[in-house]
Amino acid sequence: MGDMVKGNIAMGEAAIRAGMHIYCGYPITPSSEVMEYLSWRAQEAGRQFIQAANEGEAMYMVYGAASIGSRVLTASSGLGISLKQEGVTYMAAADYPAVMINVCRYGDGLGSLESGQTDYKRETRGGGNGDYRNIVLSPSTVQEAVDLVYLAFDLSEKYRNIVVILTEGALGQMMEDCDYPPMKEVPYYDWAFDGKYTHGPYPSQMAVDLHAKGIKNNEKRAAITENEQRWEAVGVEDAEYVLFAYGIPGRVVLGIVDELRKKGEKVGIIRPISLWPFPQKAFDSINKNVKGFISVETADSGQMLEDVALYAKKKGFGNVPCYFISSPPGVPKSKFVLENFEAIKAGKVKEVF
Amino acid sequence: MAKGKKVPEKILRQVPFCPGCGHGIIVRLMMECIEELGYNDNVLIGKPVGCASLLDNALAVDTFTGAHGRNGASMTTIKRLKPDMLVVSYQGDGDAYNIGFSETMNAAYRNEKFTVITINNGNFGMTGGQMAWTSMPGQVTATSVNGRNVELSGMPIRVPEMIASSFDTAYVARGSLFTPAEIKKTKSYIKKAMQAQIDGVGHSLVEVLSPCPTNWGLTPLASMERIVNELVPYFPLGEIKNKGGK
Repeated sequence: MGDMVKGNIAMGEAAIRAGMHIYCGYPITPSSEVMEYLSWRAQEAGRQFIQAANEGEAMYMVYGAASIGSRVLTASSGLGISLKQEGVTYMAAADYPAVMINVCRYGDGLGSLESGQTDYKRETRGGGNGDYRNIVLSPSTVQEAVDLVYLAFDLSEKYRNIVVILTEGALGQMMEDCDYPPMKEVPYYDWAFDGKYTHGPYPSQMAVDLHAKGIKNNEKRAAITENEQRWEAVGVEDAEYVLFAYGIPGRVVLGIVDELRKKGEKVGIIRPISLWPFPQKAFDSINKNVKGFISVETADSGQMLEDVALYAKKKGFGNVPCYFISSPPGVPKSKFVLENFEAIKAGKVKEVF
Repeated sequence: MAKGKKVPEKILRQVPFCPGCGHGIIVRLMMECIEELGYNDNVLIGKPVGCASLLDNALAVDTFTGAHGRNGASMTTIKRLKPDMLVVSYQGDGDAYNIGFSETMNAAYRNEKFTVITINNGNFGMTGGQMAWTSMPGQVTATSVNGRNVELSGMPIRVPEMIASSFDTAYVARGSLFTPAEIKKTKSYIKKAMQAQIDGVGHSLVEVLSPCPTNWGLTPLASMERIVNELVPYFPLGEIKNKGGK
C-alpha cells in the first residue's frame, strides 16, 4: 500500500514522473492544489512552472511550450477551462500535444464549489470552434488518476492530440493511498521547432489545405477510437439493467451493483474510463435481452446519456430505453441512486431516449 | 557611391504587402539584425494574426503561428524553455495592444527575456481599417466613420511609455521609416533590443510608426507626411528606456 495522498497533489506528482517539462496555470477551486504543489515540486525536480495572469494566458503559454516539443501540463476547473478554449482549438489545428486536467465543479457560469460532472459535453465534443476532439480520460480513484495522468502524456504525444483528464472536485480533494510510477526524463520531441528551421516551413493554419487536413484528422480520430477505448464492466452479460457511470459516481454505482448482485438482482455497470473515445466496444458483452440503460451523472441533464443512447443504437440496442438519474452536486448517495433505480424498474420514470 | 545590400539569406520571397506599406521594410530590418547578430540558425519568430499573416512561408526560420494577440504568452514559455534561442515576437498594434493587451503587458510585467517588435499603423489593417487604440483623435476609420471620438473611445494608447515607466524591462524604443536616416535609427533600436535579450538583460520592445496608405486613403508619400506631421508629435521617437548590456 502506498502513501495517503490528496488527488490533486497525486496528479501533480504523476505529471512530474511522466516527464512533464513545464506547468502553466491559474488557480481555481477545486483544482488549485495541482499548481500549488507544482509551484515548488517542479523546481525541485528541475522542471519549470509559471503562474499566468489568467486561464487563457496559461493556455497560450501551453501552446508555445508545445510548439518546441516540451511535455506541458495545465489544470483548471469548469469556467477556467472555458477560458482556455481558444488556445485549445489553436493547438488542435497545429496538432500539438498537451495534458489538461479539469477538476470539475458543478454548474453553469461561475457554478458552485461542489463536485460535479457538468463539463462532459464540452470536454468530449472539443469545446472550441472547429472539428477536433480531445482524448478524455476520467478516473474514479486517486490511484487511477495517477495512472491516467502518467499515460496521458504518452497518448498525447502518440497522437499529437490534447488529452483531458476529466475528474471531479471530490476526487481532487480526497485522500487515498496510491503508488507512484517510476520517474521519467523525456527529451523534447524532435518534430518540433528547434530554432534551426529543421522541419522547414510550418504552414500557418490559414495556409494549409483544410479539407485535406480534415480527412487526415478523421483518420487520426478513427485510430484513437479503435485503440484507446477504456472501461470497467461488471455483470453486464446477464444484466436486465445496465447502469453507466464514470468518475466518482462510477465507483458509487460499482458498490450498488455489487450489493444488488449479491441479492441476486441481474444488474450490471459499465464505467467508462475513456469518455472520448466513448467505450462503445463495451456494448459487445451486454445481454441482448437487456431491458434498460441508465446513466447516473452528477449533472442536471443527461450529458453522457446522449452517448449511451447513440452507441446503444449503433450496437443494435436501438429499442432499449435509456433513462437518466440526475444526482445533485457532490458525491452521489447510494440510497438516492437506489431509490431512483427502483422507480425506473417499477415503470414510474419515463425514458429519455 | 551607394552600395547595394544583399537581401538577408533567410528571406525566401517577396511578401505581398500593399504598396507603400511599412511592413516590408520592418521585416527586412528584423531579418538583417538576426543575420548580423549571428542567429540565423537559432531563432524563432512569433507571427501574429493581422497583416503579418502574409509572412507565411516567406522566412526560412522557425515561425510560430500565434493566436490573435497572444504571442506575449506563447513566446514566454518558448524563451524560458529555450533560453539560448533568439525569440522575436512580430506583432501589429491591433494584435499587441488591443486584443493582446493583457498578454503583451503581462510578458513585460514579468520581464520575459524576449523581443517584441510592434508595427503601429493606427488601425486594423488586415480586416479593412477599423479603429485601433492607436488611431488618432478625429481619425476616420471603418468603425469611426465620423472621426474617432476620444470622449467615447479614449485617447490613443502609448504602450511603450506605459511599459518603460511601469515595469523593470531592459529596452524600449520607438522608431519610424519616413527617411533613410529614420530607417537606420529604427534598425539600431531593433538590434539593441535583440542584444538586450541575448545579453539576458530582460524584455525589450520596439514600436515602429508605419504607414498604411491603403486604409488611410493616402498616397505612400502623403502617408509618410502624415506620420511626420500628425503621429510623431503624439508618439515621440527615440529610445525610451535602455538599461544597457552586461
